[in-house]
Formats: sequence, C-alpha cells, structure tokens
Amino acid sequence: MMLSQPPEALILAAILIPFIGALLIPVFHRVPNMRESVTLATAGALFLTVLGLLGPVLAGARPEALSIEVVPGLTLAFKVEPLGMLFALVASALWIVNSIYSIGYMRGNDEPRQTSYYVCFAVALGSTIGIAFAKNLFTLFLFYEALTLSTYPLVAHKANAEAIRGGRIYLLLLLGTSLVLLLPAIVLTWALAGTIEFTPGGILEGKASGAVIGLLLALYAFGIGKAALMPLHFWLPAAMVAPTPVSALLHAVAVVKAGVFAIVKVVVYVFGLDALRASGQGSWLIYVAGATVILASLVALRQDNLKKLLAYSTVSQLSYVVLAAAILTPISMVGAALHIAAHAVSKITLFFAAGSIYTAAHKTEISEMKGIGRRMPWTMGAFAIGALSMIGVPPTAGFLGKWFMLTGAMQTSQWFVVGVIVLSTLLNAGYFLPIVVTAFLREPDNNPHGEHHAHGEAPWPIVLALTATAIGTLALFWLPDIPLALARSMLEK
Amino acid sequence: MQHVQTFIGHYNYFITIFLMVSGLYIVIARGNMIKKLVGLALFQTSVYLLYIEPGKIIGGTAPILDPAFKVYSNPLPHVLILTAIVVGVATLALGLAIVARIHEAYGTIEEDEIFAREAQE
Amino acid sequence: MRFDVVQHLPALQVVIPLLGAVLAAFLRRGIVAWGLASVVTGLMPLIAGGLLWQVLQAGPISYHLGGWPPPWGIEYRVDVLNAFVLLLVSAVSAVMMPFARRSVAFEIEGDKQASFYSMYLLCLTGLLGITITGDAFNAFVFLEISSLSTYVLIAMGRDRRALLAAYQYLIMGTIGATFYVIGVGLLYLVTGSLNMVDIASRLGPASAEHFRPIVVALAFLTVGVSLKLALFPLHVWLPNAYAFAPSFATAFLAATATKVAVYLFIRIFFSIFGIAVSLESLRVCDVLLALSVAAMFIASVLAVYEQNLKRMLAYSSVAQIGYITFGIGLANQNGLTGGAVHLFNHALMKGALFLALGAVLYRAGTVKLAELGGIGRRMPLTFAAFVIAGLGIIGTPGTAGFISKWYLALGALDQGRWPLVFLIVASSLIALVYIGRVVEVAYFRATSEAAEKASDPPWNMLVPILVLAVATVYFGFFTELSAGIAAKAAQTLIGGLK
Repeated sequence: MMLSQPPEALILAAILIPFIGALLIPVFHRVPNMRESVTLATAGALFLTVLGLLGPVLAGARPEALSIEVVPGLTLAFKVEPLGMLFALVASALWIVNSIYSIGYMRGNDEPRQTSYYVCFAVALGSTIGIAFAKNLFTLFLFYEALTLSTYPLVAHKANAEAIRGGRIYLLLLLGTSLVLLLPAIVLTWALAGTIEFTPGGILEGKASGAVIGLLLALYAFGIGKAALMPLHFWLPAAMVAPTPVSALLHAVAVVKAGVFAIVKVVVYVFGLDALRASGQGSWLIYVAGATVILASLVALRQDNLKKLLAYSTVSQLSYVVLAAAILTPISMVGAALHIAAHAVSKITLFFAAGSIYTAAHKTEISEMKGIGRRMPWTMGAFAIGALSMIGVPPTAGFLGKWFMLTGAMQTSQWFVVGVIVLSTLLNAGYFLPIVVTAFLREPDNNPHGEHHAHGEAPWPIVLALTATAIGTLALFWLPDIPLALARSMLEK
Repeated sequence: MQHVQTFIGHYNYFITIFLMVSGLYIVIARGNMIKKLVGLALFQTSVYLLYIEPGKIIGGTAPILDPAFKVYSNPLPHVLILTAIVVGVATLALGLAIVARIHEAYGTIEEDEIFAREAQE
Repeated sequence: MRFDVVQHLPALQVVIPLLGAVLAAFLRRGIVAWGLASVVTGLMPLIAGGLLWQVLQAGPISYHLGGWPPPWGIEYRVDVLNAFVLLLVSAVSAVMMPFARRSVAFEIEGDKQASFYSMYLLCLTGLLGITITGDAFNAFVFLEISSLSTYVLIAMGRDRRALLAAYQYLIMGTIGATFYVIGVGLLYLVTGSLNMVDIASRLGPASAEHFRPIVVALAFLTVGVSLKLALFPLHVWLPNAYAFAPSFATAFLAATATKVAVYLFIRIFFSIFGIAVSLESLRVCDVLLALSVAAMFIASVLAVYEQNLKRMLAYSSVAQIGYITFGIGLANQNGLTGGAVHLFNHALMKGALFLALGAVLYRAGTVKLAELGGIGRRMPLTFAAFVIAGLGIIGTPGTAGFISKWYLALGALDQGRWPLVFLIVASSLIALVYIGRVVEVAYFRATSEAAEKASDPPWNMLVPILVLAVATVYFGFFTELSAGIAAKAAQTLIGGLK
C-alpha cells in the first residue's frame, strides 16, 4: 500500500509520521499498553515508509519534497540521496528494535514519566529523518537542533543531580557548538557560494581561498559537536546517566550518527572531495580524528563502568568515520558510509546488553560481571558479537567499513591512517575481549554480603531486541549489497 | 575684544546652558527625592528658554498681519513651549505624587536610606 | 460632506485610544473598563492593517491634521516602516488583552483597575502617536504621553519597590525626553522646521554652514532616545521597572514601548540625518555597534545571575535590544532588516515570556526561580510556551529569533566584519544558559511548595500566551509579514541614505 505512493508523499510521510506519533502518545497517557502500541505502530509505519523510498533511490531517482522559502537563501526542503537513505533506513529500523527494548527496560525498571519519554523519542526520530533527508544546510541545521532539544529531556530523564548535570553539559555543548561554530559556518558558506544546497561535487570550489576553506572545515568539523571529535567529546560520557535505551538512541540510532552523517555530507556535498583535496586544507582533520581514535581507546581501556567504556568506544568509532571522510578518496567514503551503518547495529547491541545486565542483575561495573555469561547467555552472546564487530573481526559488520577505509588509506599512501586503524584495532581488542572473557570464563565471586539475587535473563522484549540486532550485525556482513550500493551511488555526480 | 562681544551678544544662551547644567547636576548629585525633582524642573525650564530666545527679534511685535508692523517675532516657539510647560507640570505633579507615596511606604524620601533599607531585606 | 473613514484612518489610530483613555478614567468598575479597553485595542490592528495595506498598495500616506498642510501643520506620515510598527504594537496589544482581565484583577485593587486601563490606553495612544507622526515635536508630546502613563502603570505594582522603580524611571525618562527636545530644538534652530521630511531636506544645505550644531543635535537625540529604548549603559531604569510593574503592564511595555523608541531611533538616524549627512562622517555607527555588543554580553550575563525571573527577562530585553541596535549600527540592507525584524520578533517572544511569568505569578504567587521547582510539570502548557519563546530568544532555527540572527550575521558579513558574526552567536549562547537554567528548575527539580498548588491558568490567560508562542514558531518559517516587510522598509531607508 505504502510502497506504491509517489516518492514525494513518502518523504513527507516519513517526516510527519514520528511527529504524529508524538502527538498521539500523550492521548493514551493512562493506558500504557495503548501508548506503547502507538509507539510501535509509529516505528513500524516509519520503517515501511522509508523502505518505500529505497527502490526509487537505488534505481537512481533523487526524489524531492516541499520547498518553503523562509527567507531568500533559506529554504525548508527535502531531497533523498543515497547516504541519507542509508541513514534513514538504519535509524528507522533500529527504532523498532529500540522501542521493543524500551518497553521492556522502562517497565522492568519502573521508570517514571514514561509518556514524555516516548514522546521525546518519537520527536527525536522525526528530527533524525529530517536530518537524513535534508536538501540543504538550513534544513539539516533545523533538525539537528531539534534533535538536540528533543533528546535533552531524555538525557536528564532521571532528574537527579547527576542527570541534571549530564543534561546541562549535553545541551550546552551540543547547542553551543552548533550555534557558535556551525551557524557562522553556514552563514559564511551562503555568503561565499550564494547557495547552501547540498550539491554533488560541492558548492565551494573556486569560491574561496585556501585559508577560508580551512577555516570553514574547522567550523564544520567542530561545529557539528554530535560527531564528538576531541576535544569536544565529553558530552557523550556525561550523557551516560540517561536510561540505557536512550544511550542506545544517542550512540547508535540517532544522535552521534547524525553528527558523522552531517560531516560526511558536508565534506561530499558542500566542499566536494576533489575540491577539498586540491585545496590541501583537509589534512589536519586526519590528525585530529586519528588522535581521537587512539586517545578515546586508551581512555576506554581504563574504564570499569561498562557504559562509560562503551561511550569512549563510541567516541573512538565515530572518529573512524571522520577519518575516513578526511582521507578524501571515494573508496574511503564508501567505508565511512558503511561504518555508520555497521557501528549503529553493533553499538546498539552492546548497549542493549549493558541495559539487559542492569535490568536483570543491577550491575554496571565490569568487575562485578564475572561469570554472568552463564546466567545470561543470550545477552552476553549478543554482546560478544557486538564486541567482535567493534574490533572489526569478520564475519561481523564492523569488518566491512574498516576494510574500505584501509584500502582507501593504502591507495593514497596515508600511512598515518593505516597505523591508526591497526593500532586502534589492537586497543579495541584490548578492552572488549576481557569483558567477554570475564563474563564467560571467570568464576562468579562468592557473595560475602548475601545480597546476590538469583537472576536469569532480562525480560523477553529486551532479549528479543538484542538478539535481533546481534543477528543484524552478522547479516550486514553477509548481505551488504544495499548499503554498499547506496554508498557507491552517493559519489556519482 | 571680539570674544567679549560674542559673549555679551549671546549672554542669554550662556544663562540657558548654566541653568541646564545646574539642573542636571542637582538631579545627579542630590539624594533627596524632592530636590531631585526640583533639579529636573530647572533642567526642563532651561529648555523652554532655549526655544523661545531665538524666536524673539529685538523690536519685533506679535505676528499680526497689518502693514503697520514689518518685523515680528516667531510665534511657533511660544506655542511649542506652551505644550512643553504642560508636559513639565504634569511630570512634576506625577513625580511629587510618587514621592508622596514613597514617603508613605518607606517613611523617608532620602534615596540612600531607602536603598539601605531595601538592601537589609 | 461624507465622512470618509478610510481617509481618516491615520487620525483614528490615535484618537480612538485617546478618547478611550478619557472614557475609562470615568468608569468605576474594572471589568467595564477592561471591556472598553479590549474593544478599543481590538480596533487598533484593524486600522493599522488597513494602513499597511494602503501603504503597500499605493505608497506613503500623508495625513494633514486639521487640514493644515505640512510643514506648517502637523503631518501624520505613514510609510512601510511605521505601518509595520503600528501593526506590531497594536496586534500584540490586542492579543494580550484577554490576559489582562484576570491578571489585573489579581494584582490591582478593585477601585484602581479602571484607572489602570485608562493609563494603559493613554500609553497605547502615546506609542501609536510616536509611531505615526511625521512631526519631530509632536513625537515629543506623544513620547511624554506614553512615558507619563508608563510611570503610573509601573507605580501600580504590588510591591512598594514599584514606587521606587517608577520614580527612577520618571527621572531618567524625563531627562531622556528633555534631551530629545533639546536635539529637536537645535534642529529647529538650524533648519527652521519641525516636520521630519522637511528637516531632512533642509538639513543637507544647512550642514555646510552649521555642521557643529547638527552633530550636537544628533548627540542629544541619540542619548535621549537611547534612554527610552534602554540602550546599554542607559538601561538601568529598565530591570526594576519591568520587575515590579504589574505583570500585564510589564508584558505590554516589554513588547511595545521599547520597540517604539527603537522605531524613533531608526527614524532619526535614517530618515532625518542619514538623508542629509553621510552617517559615516558622523561616526555614530561604530559607537552604536560597540554599545550594542556590550549590551548583548553584559546584560545577558547579568540575566544569568538573576533570581527574580521577571528581572531576568528584563536584562534579557536589554540584551535583545542590543541586537536591534546592532542591526541599526550596521546600517546596511541586511543589517537593518535584521534589526527591524528582530524588533518584530522580540516583541512576540518577550510578550509570550512575560505573559507566561504573569500566569506563574497568578497561579504560584511568586516568580523567584528558587521557589519554582517542578512548575513546568504543573503548568505544562504555560511552560511549553515559555520554552518555545525561550528558544526564540536563543535563536534556534525554526523560531523567529533565528531569522533575526541570520540577517544580522549576513549584515555583519556584508561589512566584512566577520568577527562580529561570532559575537552575535556567542551571546546567544549566554541566552541558552539563562533560559536553560529556568527549564532545568521547572522540569527537573523536585516540586516546590509554590508549584504544588499551581496549574495552567484559565483559558483567557492561556490563549494569549499560546498565540504568541505559536507566532514565534510561525514567523520562524513564514516570514513574508515579518522579514519581508522589514526588508522593504530597510530598502527604503538604506536607499535614501547619502
């Protein structure tokens, strides 16, 4: 039914469905089952709608929708191109899984304010789709800020001192960088190029001197704070106070992905690969991203709190994408796009597992998790798959992205990048494998305080969700056709 | 010699400016609310002079259309200042009314005392 | 002879509220006075809209009061700029009127309510008069009409400190107005005219001979009007006045009074001096830019440390006025458009914010931040509006505030001063801090004693708040009425510059 609609209608529907869901959810404030059904139905409808766009986009169409000129130069408009398609597809698919998981988690932990939680979640997803389908920088910026604002209440959800503090850092850093750096970058782009529309090949070629291009790149790279490039990464660990499904949303589905997606998009469609390479202003980004990869991994090595460890792992993994983009070769761009998808499914698995442990056993520290794999085989099995994907071991999705990045780096003889990828792979192994070993092979501590509850697996929605994403992590390795095709067609002019 | 002539020729302006500045000074320097209003009134009054002086021509009469009178003073400033006087009186009246209410509420009209009292609370 | 209403719209714009004010003064019951004020205020946007439509169709309107032709008689001159401001002032006031009834009944004793509305109408008269008149001295009279009534409105606040605030404002406001008259007087001495258009045409030839008095006149006018519009550092009267005035008066004044003063400022700069003398040679724009930037930062920081929310918003107003004068100081097409459109947008946003606080005061009895923990959960709609308008103040995209900042940033770039772009956005970061602080307390703190008993106000208070909040979003996307007209006005003004 939905698949036969014209693409324009599908685009508008994809943007509107989550917002309509957000309006409907509070209606069933007092009927939790209905409320959750609305969330799931919305997520399902969104996924089907986005899926309906896949065919035309793969066939080479670039459907557009809506064009409201706000002021001359600023237009609210949508256009689906392959990278955005990939992003929207991943985000909408993971929302379904995440919703199932959320239901289990929120009920399992008796969290307060669940209605506003689901509302914010839906708005965040709508904003994500808006980012994915943005036709120009203004539309992207609009939904980028909407995403920050709608996730802020989720981060501060617990409303204790720590959550408020985490939320404050989150809001100040993300909104701050975007207002102070990204907005001037957009203004400057408009003043230089006379357009802010994403155009294959870039819009800035020949419009500005090398120094200005360098400045602009810096403004974009740090202005898009969601990409968590060091030293602007610390909002991500601070946001760990949020409930686990929210962390999954931040790390896997929407927020950080929106960041790296925006960076890739800016590099490809605003600067243009060739133009940026010709200007020679992009190389510093390689070093910043490379340093972020290594440093974040080193910090992760020292974490005992599982969610903190995952947070730093995300910081490191995100910079892979930025690194891949900064190499400025087509093949590394494909790697960047694939890594966005691969990291999404893998990281969501890891977070689901962390949340599952918290829900079933109320444990957050790795040192407490000895032998937990025997009690929670599904959870820790999925965790192991996610961890392998983070390291980049085949047959998991994480391998693909790294492969393309390495190829790209070698082709252009960027040995620094090759070194960073190899070293970080070792570091990833160094902090993920011990967790798996601890969980499966170590004997549980004898319990001197007698507070050890007998526990098994987490509630079934949680287990279902994490199993699904673990399977997804494996499936993406064997069936990468669709993401690969999308990533490749992104670079056609 | 020339300067003295200029001075004497424009003496009225110097008086105007003196009044203006002293009025403003009183507003700024005095802490008593009534005295401030007095200063304010002085300041406003000096402006009336500023307007009226240039309109007056020595030997000029009221602007009556009659062949007998050739030179007459500009009536417009007078009209304007009539309005300004009304405004000034209204301002002064309102200011005094507010000061009276302040006296009821605080028991004093010295600014420093009032601020000290507010700071305590 | 038939009385042609359309032809006399300019006069009616001022005469109707003036008569309403007189009538209201004789009324005894508050609710009747409120009804009268509502009807009168409700007519105003219709007239202003008609005037704007006429101007857009047929160009500027020149209305000769009493049939005396300018420059001898008083001329009401309506062009795109002041039709825009007239519509803004009257429309915002009309939207706010339903809010007034309960809020005023709550904060002001029964027998004084009618005089409150009388003063409100008089103030409206003055504001509309300043905006519509084409005569520099007539503008002074209206300025004083609005000021005197404003002092009374402020003094009617519940707190005894309202009296002090009113007195302080009376002193500073009178100094400002007197400076303005001195400036006009000097211009009159040089040009022999009081009609703005006439002054502008005579000032050019006169400037060759009398350059110094012209500069002095500009200085007096600038300082005088700056006092009225609370340009930093002449803003000290504003925070207390807004904090202690009755809620409705605060919202009304914040949305309209400073805007009208800004309008007068633009008029003096661009329609009188700019036409006759090159503004650059007067070097006034750089001073204005520096003061505006200082306002944007210093006042915003003061807002961050303020516990009384009304006063916090008042400091925020000083900062936001900085944005408007910043646009004026840029003195180019984009900059002036930004200033003018921010005049419009800020009126909507601050109106919504102050009304929301009025509702908080009505329900929770306090506007001190520390006592308002969890109030956002208790008054969900009111605070939703507060957050939306707050986002507008921060300037997030999708709100009207973003449009202003976009134009201001472009204006700064057009001048080749790109560091100014960063100053604009950096100061909005401070706005994020002071708005975010309120959001944090309102939503994530434990529910306080005052918030416990609170709930959303009755619909007639709620609707104006929501309308203004929705307008904040609407004018973030559909800007034909705001930025479109502001750009037209700016084009006329910039086009006339020497």
